[in-house]
Amino acid sequence: MQIMISFVAGLLFSLGLLISGLINPAKVQNFLDLAGTWDPSLAFTMAAAIATTTIGYRLAFRNSRPLFADAFQLPIAKAIDVRLVGGAAVFGIGWGLIGFCPGPAVAALSTGSTSAFIFVGAMLAGMFLARTLERPSSPSAPQTKI
Amino acid sequence: MDQIFAANSTLAATIGGVLIGLSAVLLMATTGRIAGISGFVSRLLPPYTDDGFLARIAFIAGLVAAPLIYSFATGSGIGISVSSSVPLLIAAGLLVGFGAVRGGGCTSGHGVCGIARLSPRSIVATLVFMATAVATVFIARHVIGG
Repeated sequence: MQIMISFVAGLLFSLGLLISGLINPAKVQNFLDLAGTWDPSLAFTMAAAIATTTIGYRLAFRNSRPLFADAFQLPIAKAIDVRLVGGAAVFGIGWGLIGFCPGPAVAALSTGSTSAFIFVGAMLAGMFLARTLERPSSPSAPQTKI
Repeated sequence: MDQIFAANSTLAATIGGVLIGLSAVLLMATTGRIAGISGFVSRLLPPYTDDGFLARIAFIAGLVAAPLIYSFATGSGIGISVSSSVPLLIAAGLLVGFGAVRGGGCTSGHGVCGIARLSPRSIVATLVFMATAVATVFIARHVIGG
């Protein structure tokens, strides 16, 4: 059941990327280009996504557990440290350079775009590198990192 | 898609955001998981710390499938516009992948799900990566020129 629902959630998410235009790196870069061809529409995407999630999470958390799993797996990390800030800073630079973040990049593989494949390949390599560095110092489940 | 929504890209952006939010809520309410794409993708790589592998594959399959279904149903292609510079794509992909894992999340996990939970870590991460992304686009487009 979890697998079925995860697939449906992936479809929904991707449809959202498609309809909003977030799948398109040129649009994302215009959203980030405050001093130039600024396209504010993706701010509405972010606001709508956050608002929907805020309300929906409240409703979901009224139950003591998820419908098809034993427990909610919420991040427990609290520290605002160099790793968090540095990671986010590096992430933002990469995002700005091309206009792809992980979701849209993976969804864009469907278009057959060579650029998307190169980007995702490099992204996987970057993830692998970061996870390799992480391994010795954090034996706890990475599920707790967000 | 373009014909329907071009007239009102704000509306399209908002609807897209609601769909992304619904996906995050569906996932939390049923499987108890945060819809963090970088987490899903990076945990397809070893080491495996839990039993969520198939659910993650299913979500990612949904991400890739939606544009294909959309194209098939409407007969129109998905237009994305993205740099074709291989060095730039590789650099950006590495930074995005590395930074997302290091920072414990990306635009979805921190930017949507984390902010919806009012997680201080996610709020800080989102402010940081938005700032560096805006700065990167500014430098690339207006300082270096392009």
